[in-house]
Amino acid sequence: MIKFEQVSKTYPGGFQALNQVSFHLEPGEMAFLTGHSGAGKSTLLKLISMMERPSSGRVLINGHDLKRISNRQIPYVRRDIGMIFQDHRLLMDKTVLDNVALPLLIEGYSMQEARKRVSAALEKVGLGDKLRHYPMMLSGGEQQRVGIARAIVNKPPLLLADEPTGNLDPKLSMEIIRLFEEFNRVGVSVLIATHDLGLIARLRYRTLTLKEGRMINDGLQEG
Amino acid sequence: MSLLFRSRQQGAQQVKISGFRRFVMFWVHNLQQAVASLGELARYPFASLMTMAVLGLSLTLPATLYVVVKNTEAVGASWQHASEMTLFLRKELSQQEISTLHKRLSLSNDIESVRWIDKDEALAEFRVHSGFGDALKGLAQNPLPDVLVVLPAAHKRSAGQAQQLAQQLRQEREVEQVRLDLDWLQRLEALINLVRDGLLALALLLCLSVVLIVGNTIRLNILSKREEIMVMKLVGATDGFIQRPFLYTGVWYGVVGGLIAWIATWIMMAWIAGAVAQISELYESQFSLVGLTGQEMMILWLLAIGLGLLGSYLAVRKHVKEVEPQ
Ligand SMILES: Nc1ncnc2c1ncn2[C@@H]1O[C@H](COP(=O)(O)OP(=O)(O)OP(=O)(O)O)[C@@H](O)[C@H]1O
Ligand SMILES: [Mg+2]
Repeated sequence: MIKFEQVSKTYPGGFQALNQVSFHLEPGEMAFLTGHSGAGKSTLLKLISMMERPSSGRVLINGHDLKRISNRQIPYVRRDIGMIFQDHRLLMDKTVLDNVALPLLIEGYSMQEARKRVSAALEKVGLGDKLRHYPMMLSGGEQQRVGIARAIVNKPPLLLADEPTGNLDPKLSMEIIRLFEEFNRVGVSVLIATHDLGLIARLRYRTLTLKEGRMINDGLQEG
Repeated sequence: MSLLFRSRQQGAQQVKISGFRRFVMFWVHNLQQAVASLGELARYPFASLMTMAVLGLSLTLPATLYVVVKNTEAVGASWQHASEMTLFLRKELSQQEISTLHKRLSLSNDIESVRWIDKDEALAEFRVHSGFGDALKGLAQNPLPDVLVVLPAAHKRSAGQAQQLAQQLRQEREVEQVRLDLDWLQRLEALINLVRDGLLALALLLCLSVVLIVGNTIRLNILSKREEIMVMKLVGATDGFIQRPFLYTGVWYGVVGGLIAWIATWIMMAWIAGAVAQISELYESQFSLVGLTGQEMMILWLLAIGLGLLGSYLAVRKHVKEVEPQ
């Protein structure tokens, strides 16, 4: 599903955030990406979502080399990737309904057509009754779940999450991870960046570990 | 179709809808977005109206000047006698010869009418009006020549054309002298040309400034929505999708700005009309100011909308691309 081949990323200014990183995430696999702060986790995810391009090496999604994707095509690539952020990036002046419907409207759905899917997505994250609320009226965990609903509303085959549990207490964090497991069970590939080692240890999923831009461990994290 | 996942259908393709419905949906969608843009503008009514007013008032100045030029040209054309010329005929001509010349000139395409002032009539009139009646009685011979007053045809009335015609008439055997008083006509024409050229330059400058003002307003608009634009880009919005609401905003600036231009031009005309009424009273002419015609109002409106759209297009093209999601 996601394949990195000898990928390096040097930011303008000369800082090398990733150094010869290689790994392969199989279709339908769920994995964690961990490492100290500044290790390059976000950078790695940004290379997949094409917010950055690698300085060298190849990134492939489903066998397609992202180097061959032009800037104009990037939006279409992003429609296949559900992205979840630590600060959830909701539009604060829009209702939950409008927020979650956004990816569908962008793809050309009318609001009527989108509504059913939005309801289904919110139902899945347990917020079926919060359609008309504004994000400000929701708790941190609920806001994060709205972000997840938005990421899955158009049923992407791939989910990327950057510190999705960063602001949440352990119980809420586990709830969120259970949600990801649920999507993974129906065949969605999931890659979660986090430095919540306790959480990872309890779950025993494949864990990719970065240190100063290098992949130092690829396998089960020994708790 | 998805770029990366061949079997995966993206977007509205998943929903099976007919081409016709898609066509209807396209317009419904655009209408919805237009209305949404208007709603967005209404959230900041003061700021929005400021931009619209700047746009409208900028167009008012050239529109008003245009109306003034148009009316002045009409005055110039309606002043038939401006290019009237006086032909003094040679003294030794017989009545017969003068009559022939009169007829010949009357038939010319370049001449609208010819009026013959008989030298005896002229003398009689002079005697009555000048107060030299008795003194003139002593004259053995009428000192006045016969005179033909020629009014050129419409296409010969401009200063240059009238001069040419006068030159032609000077060649006539019967004609002693041609007098053509063109000074003020030439001045009027020069003035109109000057104002027209100035108007064009002014209009271009003001249109440019309208584009820049709208462009800058939209730019600030885009910057204030950076976060939202980033999020939209992250969930897969194309630049085109993000740009559309801003383009509608530009169109709305033009729509309302154009209406403001109409009203302001109308007020300006009403104001000027007062002064014009006074002047035409002085000149004892019945001249009334002609405002913008329906067609001209339409052009003004379309111009306003076009400039609003152009300004927003330039801003959007440059600045939406620049917002890169972090
Ligand atoms: N746009 C950028 N320009 C220059 N340097 C950058 C840029 N983005 C990130 N970096 C640098 O690259 C390194 C890796 O950053 P990255 O965000 O990938 O780390 P991270 O593993 O996600 O850390 P954290 O756990 O704190 O989020 C950091 O040292 C950072 O300073
Ligand atoms: Mg990070």
